[in-house]
Amino acid sequence: MTPAQTRAPERAWHKPPFIANPLLRYGVLALLATYLIWAFGSLQFNWERIADGWPRAGRIFGGGFPPSFERFDLLLTGFKESFQIAVLATLFGVMLSIPFAVMAARNIAPLPVYLLGRATIILARSFHPVIVAILFVAAVGFGPLAGILTLTLYSLGFVGKLLAEEIEEIDWGQVEAMKATGAGYFAILVYGIFPQVLPRQVGLSMYQLDSNLRASAVVGIVGAGGIGSTLMNAFGRYDYAFAFAILLVIIAVILVSEGISGWVRKKLW
Amino acid sequence: MVDQALADRVWRRYERKERLIRYGAMLATLTLLVWAVRDIDIFWPWVWDAPNQISSLGARMWPPDPNRLGEIVRAMIETLHIATVATMLTIFIALPLAYIAAQNTTPNRACLWLGRFILVASRSVNTIIWALLFVAIFGPGVLAGILAIIFRSVGFIGKLMGEAIEEIDRRPVEAMEATGGSRLKVVAYAVVPQVMPAFFAIVILRWDINIRESTVLGLVGAGGIGVILQGSIDTFAWPTVATILIAIIVLVLIGETLTGLLRREAI
Amino acid sequence: MLEISNLVKRYGHDEVVLKGLDLTVEDNSVVAIVGASGAGKSTMLRCINRLVEPTSGSIKLNGTELVNLKGRALRRARRKIGMVFQGFNLIDRLTVMENVLAGRLGYVTLFQAISRRYPQPDIERAFVLMERVGIAHYANKRADELSGGERQRVGVVRALMQEPELLLADEPTASLDPRTSEQIMRLLHDLARELSLPVLINIHNVAQARAYTERIVGLRHGRMIFDGKPADFDEKALDAIYGGIEASDDGNQRGVVAGLPAGEP
Repeated sequence: MTPAQTRAPERAWHKPPFIANPLLRYGVLALLATYLIWAFGSLQFNWERIADGWPRAGRIFGGGFPPSFERFDLLLTGFKESFQIAVLATLFGVMLSIPFAVMAARNIAPLPVYLLGRATIILARSFHPVIVAILFVAAVGFGPLAGILTLTLYSLGFVGKLLAEEIEEIDWGQVEAMKATGAGYFAILVYGIFPQVLPRQVGLSMYQLDSNLRASAVVGIVGAGGIGSTLMNAFGRYDYAFAFAILLVIIAVILVSEGISGWVRKKLW
Repeated sequence: MVDQALADRVWRRYERKERLIRYGAMLATLTLLVWAVRDIDIFWPWVWDAPNQISSLGARMWPPDPNRLGEIVRAMIETLHIATVATMLTIFIALPLAYIAAQNTTPNRACLWLGRFILVASRSVNTIIWALLFVAIFGPGVLAGILAIIFRSVGFIGKLMGEAIEEIDRRPVEAMEATGGSRLKVVAYAVVPQVMPAFFAIVILRWDINIRESTVLGLVGAGGIGVILQGSIDTFAWPTVATILIAIIVLVLIGETLTGLLRREAI
Repeated sequence: MLEISNLVKRYGHDEVVLKGLDLTVEDNSVVAIVGASGAGKSTMLRCINRLVEPTSGSIKLNGTELVNLKGRALRRARRKIGMVFQGFNLIDRLTVMENVLAGRLGYVTLFQAISRRYPQPDIERAFVLMERVGIAHYANKRADELSGGERQRVGVVRALMQEPELLLADEPTASLDPRTSEQIMRLLHDLARELSLPVLINIHNVAQARAYTERIVGLRHGRMIFDGKPADFDEKALDAIYGGIEASDDGNQRGVVAGLPAGEP
């Protein structure tokens, strides 16, 4: 390439590693290796039962295929109930999430109120809806009421958190302008804050409706009503063909609902 | 004259057509609501009694019973293992799927639809339902739980990674192709570095979600703390239930702290 | 030597972007390609390394026909053609050194590429080239931490790492400030001389084209309407290429006249 020159010493180059400090790097790798050994060591596998699994799987899928739609009316009732649970839970959850989100926004709530709001929302999100469903079932009995209560709490946690974060990120200038006109607290809320977060709120509500529809299929497994209960019954009776049919319909409904909510959100933007 | 002209002008917030749409939407929502409330299979007197019932359940759970704490802690660790191991294994399956499910990297249309179909199927079936299936096949135990988490997480990670791949800047790809590198080399240099931040964020997020999901797998027999929880509920041992719930909160908080830390460091 | 004959590129049924181009470029020459936006400069350049698929025609590089190559043969041919881009097209999150070594992707194995274990001669060459253009001290800096001019120099080094037989530059200075763009043009001109490389440069800046190249080719509506020395590229030629841009292609353009600009359209 260029004319020959006196041989300079060879210059090596290595890619700079992801973690610069070698101590830290090897430390992390060692930690990872130790953890994996520990984890795999302590998990117990019943290998005989697992080996049984393949023939069992064959029987289940054989029995489950083709899916049976004989009890279609049962399927329909189950779905109708799931849908109702989802609609009501979304409504109550979204309505409740607004005051809690206002409470949990650092920029508009005083500290004690903020802490209370945040704590409520975190608590509402900490538990898997299934656990919450079990507890509500124990409290108010089997049926869709437990499902609605569960998913209302679930919606509160999810929508409340996102709404609070939205409120914390608003353009403060607009609020200042409202304050400058001498508006009271609620007027500021309605004119200065809500217009900034409401469009997102509608999108969030649609997303939550979709999410609740999925979740309502699941809370039914522990008795909180809806298609989940129907599924559990089918599994319990080893009626795998019906169970498969239910699963297919669940997947189809989720897909349709995802499609609709995506379309609606695009329209609203 | 000017005042007259001004007086004739009216300001409305929404145009006529918009107003109709808004009223229509509100009416539709209201109808939906009324139908749901009237048609649902709830005995409404019970609803008014609900707060009462809930608080009485709460009373039965207090004070929390520390007796089985050792067993509970062991089960929590098992839950954590299930979530972590399963998330790690998911990565190996989800990444190739994301690659073929992304429009700009998929080899052909058949692969694209296959990849998308698998990811959608994975996402549409809830973790617990997968767990039910695997418990029926492989019996109760952690294997069912791990498989359930894997089968659900593949769809989550795969879809989001696929979207990340589709959103990359195409220009480095063009440059790498111009050097004469093969497909894999082009991907390694032009695609991978661009999706790295998204990859870490997505995996860390899913790990956090999986910790929560793993707590309930035991309810259908797939290992972890859920097994003890189900047992305690069946025997109405409410104070023990309370202890377990507190333990779950602690686990979730630990998970959130760890993932928050990782997010700050790795991204 | 690059020989293009009757190159045609058509999109769909009606949109013909290149209408039968003929061009021959000797080794050791720097050719500027000028033309209004949409004249087909970028398309022509990308047809050469097949980033765009030509519809018909022939492109020969040192005797090898490029137009119908596929798979491994195409990649082999591409590694002989270096390209410098308007947007630099660097991999922002990787270091300068990795970007530069990426120029060797056509020559190393997959394992070497992924593990970044390039052969020592490649690393030597990388350092030498980086020192030549003045960015060696940035070797381990992330590419997106450099300024525009520095990034384009990385792009140039990357292209040269391929040991190319032809260098293509697609508006390499359009994103740079006037002084930096002069530096880059001077760099391309000097490197072409030092390495005996044929260089094709798409460029808008006619003054720079005159100053740093020895031949100007003018395109308009996919046809070549000027091919000659910079000194001959006068006002008339400028008008023929850029003037009356709103006027549509009415088919009355005359063909290439070596040395003299075509008559008024």
